[in-house]
Amino acid sequence: MLCDHCGQRQATVHLTEITNGHKTESHLCQVCASEIQAQGFGFAPQLNLHHFMAGLLNHELGGANYGQQQADGEKCARCGMAEGQIMKQGLLGCGDCYPYFEEKMQPLLRRIHGNTRHTGKVPGRTGGRARTVKEIENLKNRLREAVGREEFERAAQFRDAIRQLEKTLEEGGEA
Amino acid sequence: MPIKEIVNHPHSHWMDAEGEESDIVISSRVRVARNLAGIPFPHLLKKEKSNEVIHALRLAIQNEEAAELLGNLELCALSELTPLERQILVDKHLISPEFLNNYEAKAVVLRDDEVVSIMVNEEDHLRIQCLLPGLCLKEAWNIIDKIDDGLEKTLDYAFSEKLGYLTSCPTNVGTGMRASVMLHLPGLKLTKQLYGVLNAIGKLGLTVRGLYGEGSEALGDLYQISNQITLGQSEEDITNNLISSTLQILNQEKAARQALYQNRQEIIEDRVHRAYGTLKYARILTLEETMRLISDLRLGVALNIISGIGIRLLNELMVKIRPAFLKKISGQEMTPPQRQVYRAGLIRKELEAVPQ
Ligand SMILES: [Zn+2]
Ligand SMILES: [Zn+2]
Repeated sequence: MLCDHCGQRQATVHLTEITNGHKTESHLCQVCASEIQAQGFGFAPQLNLHHFMAGLLNHELGGANYGQQQADGEKCARCGMAEGQIMKQGLLGCGDCYPYFEEKMQPLLRRIHGNTRHTGKVPGRTGGRARTVKEIENLKNRLREAVGREEFERAAQFRDAIRQLEKTLEEGGEA
Repeated sequence: MPIKEIVNHPHSHWMDAEGEESDIVISSRVRVARNLAGIPFPHLLKKEKSNEVIHALRLAIQNEEAAELLGNLELCALSELTPLERQILVDKHLISPEFLNNYEAKAVVLRDDEVVSIMVNEEDHLRIQCLLPGLCLKEAWNIIDKIDDGLEKTLDYAFSEKLGYLTSCPTNVGTGMRASVMLHLPGLKLTKQLYGVLNAIGKLGLTVRGLYGEGSEALGDLYQISNQITLGQSEEDITNNLISSTLQILNQEKAARQALYQNRQEIIEDRVHRAYGTLKYARILTLEETMRLISDLRLGVALNIISGIGIRLLNELMVKIRPAFLKKISGQEMTPPQRQVYRAGLIRKELEAVPQ
């Protein structure tokens, strides 16, 4: 095994780091270990999520006993990444893996994030449609607030803006 | 400053100790993960394909239409840097330590002020990072937001309406955002409240990190707190949550420091002056001991027990005393014992220059 730090010398020192109760191990050569042992902070090896993720995925994808022989399972049509591989590495292969394994990913995402729906930034180019959808949601909130404050004139403006955006969406365009 | 120069200077903007609450909050960092649409994630890419990603980014940062949003960015393949130069970028917090593995297929982009860095072909195609001194998370997100908009003028991102930005690890999907603050918490540690506070933080969906050495303490009493959840919260939610939790920790730390100073004044003053004395006169210093002494001295500066030393100098020292920089300054390979002697000499010189 090569040293995690320099990647050149043989690893002879094995350190254990505990972060929030998760154990991660680093394997270092004598030279790197002598300095690294006690350093830490931002430079510390990040919590090795992959092992952790791999464990979770293994559970979610229902393959508690995925052996080497049947490690393949279904494969993503674009990148060829197989279920078994995803489980082993804790990483997906490409953007298309998400819709492809969607059903199986849902409970996992809920477990990690407590949620399965994005509410943050939407890119201007690839997310044109999504940006419109988000804008409509925003306007709906403001409409509700305006009604709450009995500002009916403003509410009517928001309603018109929402209709306009919904129309563009129906026509398949972007705002 | 060009990248080849940046690796010659220990100083970086985040060390300036000028943001809010900078005696306790050393730095604020926001990092987002982005992937290019239609290209498999880096761990599946062969070198040739990885180079295409690097090339796409090169075009994106040269796009004149985006120049105003992006500022002055320079791209450099990791293989163009020496191992020492790569390590210095890690020590200056500009890239992650993991980024150095399999460096052949990777590149780094730095803005000339070192505030923005982009890791190309890390776990995701792009990891865009902004690092500022003090408690500055909103500003950091605003800067990232602009850079992201600028890159998007050229690049198509892997994005889904439902799941947001698609990332190679499902723990990052959604905003792809990891916001963090680096905190110096000696007061909580000395008053034995640290683990209570950190446990409470863990329950708020935040992660606390620090490398645990022989005992169970983080080196130099430095802790990094970051968000865990990236899906279902907006970037503003994430930064606001982290800011309010950080402010809570700050209040606890300040109260602990006051209590210590009021009830144990001689003990604290003794501790701080001992640290200062050792740093000023020691002839052999390990990294571990030095970090512990800098932590004590830093507490002394914050409590006005020591004057004349700036937090900025201490921030810079934390990077300078690391093996990579010592090698850079000395210009030679050193064994660990030689390095400990050299380190002590360097610190003596730095502290002698401080007006008494
Ligand atoms: Zn090594
Ligand atoms: Zn795929």
